[in-house]
Amino acid sequence: MIEVLFFYLFAGVMLASSVMVVVSRNPVYSVLFLILAFFNAAGLFVLIGAEFLAMLLVVVYVGAVAVLFLFVVMMLDINFAEMRAGFQKYLPLGLIVGGILVFELVLAMYGDAFGGKTAPVVSEIANTTRLGGVLYTKYAFLFQLAGLILLVAMIGAISLTLRKRAGVRRQIIAEQNARRPADVLEVIKVPSGKTPAAANAGKAEE
Amino acid sequence: MMDVLTHEWAVELGWILLQILVVIGPLLIAVAYLTLAERRIIGFMQLRKGPNVVGPFGMFQPFADALKLMAKETILPAGANKVVFLFAPMLTFILSLVAWAVIPFGEGLVIADINVGILYLFAVSSLGVYGVIMAGWASNSKYAFLGALRSAAQMVSYEVSMGLVIINVLLCAGSLNLSAIVEAQRDMWFVLPLLPMFVVFFISTLAETNRAPFDLPEGESELVAGYFVEYSSMSFALFFLGEYANMILMSSMTVVLFLGGWLPPLDIWPLNMIPGPLWFILKIMLLLFVFLWVRATTPRYRYDQLMRLGWKIFLPFSLIYVVLTAGYLLVSGNLPDVSLG
Repeated sequence: MIEVLFFYLFAGVMLASSVMVVVSRNPVYSVLFLILAFFNAAGLFVLIGAEFLAMLLVVVYVGAVAVLFLFVVMMLDINFAEMRAGFQKYLPLGLIVGGILVFELVLAMYGDAFGGKTAPVVSEIANTTRLGGVLYTKYAFLFQLAGLILLVAMIGAISLTLRKRAGVRRQIIAEQNARRPADVLEVIKVPSGKTPAAANAGKAEE
Repeated sequence: MMDVLTHEWAVELGWILLQILVVIGPLLIAVAYLTLAERRIIGFMQLRKGPNVVGPFGMFQPFADALKLMAKETILPAGANKVVFLFAPMLTFILSLVAWAVIPFGEGLVIADINVGILYLFAVSSLGVYGVIMAGWASNSKYAFLGALRSAAQMVSYEVSMGLVIINVLLCAGSLNLSAIVEAQRDMWFVLPLLPMFVVFFISTLAETNRAPFDLPEGESELVAGYFVEYSSMSFALFFLGEYANMILMSSMTVVLFLGGWLPPLDIWPLNMIPGPLWFILKIMLLLFVFLWVRATTPRYRYDQLMRLGWKIFLPFSLIYVVLTAGYLLVSGNLPDVSLG
């Protein structure tokens, strides 16, 4: 009973906030509503007993990815009116993509296309253990492959944006730590009544 | 039938609310006295007296401060985004409280003993950045925004190495449940085999809570007060309470992961007579003292040094340590037994 109530609460808020992501005028609000949607998705995961996935969703998407989104959106100088201009042009495309997703969802729910219905597994073993057991044995190579793809994407992004600029001063910590007082400091005795420069000049003559 | 059902619900709800109050009430008092302890301890370290006038030893000082803050006017800056501006301090405060749901104070003394306790803690602590970044953006002030950007980058950076340190502990404990992690330390606290990771974790918690020497987001000399420069009165107080509650939370997380939670140091007579929650609180107080000690003795890091420490030193170091720990546990056959069913 109470689970059904919570399901409709999470699902309702998630749908509403997803709509707000699209229709918000301010892109910062869009990102904030996106975060709300992620949260409610995590709540739905908890309801079907997938607590590991729920926490992962919050840690990865809300805690890291959405922070970067928010960063970018806040830093960019976005013209709000210009952003809204293409709305009607892209509407058909968006509707088509949405329609395909709904179709696939219906297929997964009522058809056998994805290997029939799967009920949430209720067992004594924590689903973290279960996921780990499958991920690192049966799908170990696919898992490694996914990691490699992410690595390549990261290196690609770095190599696209990294450029050598002339005249940049860099701090090399090891070099700084290797400096000894004897190499860089010179103690000059200054007789009273003379400037250090004069004393130095006198020293050079000697 | 319906009456019985609602009655049971009411009892259960009341029980949960009572548990929450029992945790949050002492927590808020602890926060109040942590602010006093900070001022007194730093005062003694700098050969001053600190606040000692209001009440015996200045014991009523936090309450005087709280009353003063409540009596002040809440100012909304003209250019601020009002909804987000007011929501940010509430979010910071709420997040610093909800995490306490999974902290085990003693054997079985926990509000929600969930399977993924440590992930829940990690998730909540990684959300703390939103309060900061929303406050900085909504204030519509350059100082606040720069402070928020710094803070967000800092918190995201140090979370990475914190996550790897947590993996080290999980490898030794074999569970994500906080009570199970504490129980796994019955023979030996994880601080001994994982001492370097303990140090990395402690320094990361300093950075995660924006404490000195990593308090760049509120670097007074450059940014006035950073992300909460525009806040006043209770909205400021909520940030303040959130920051200190987070310090206590991070300390308790360190205690659970490394210092054996509610377990006594040695399971011998006079020590195991002291109840578990008391041990837990004592260990938290010890760590909080180190927090204050660090603040009184270290100068602030420069921003690039902070980033270098996080990404170029802590991240590779903790990553190598994960490999070492996993390798050692595998070779010595000490990997925790986890049945796959």
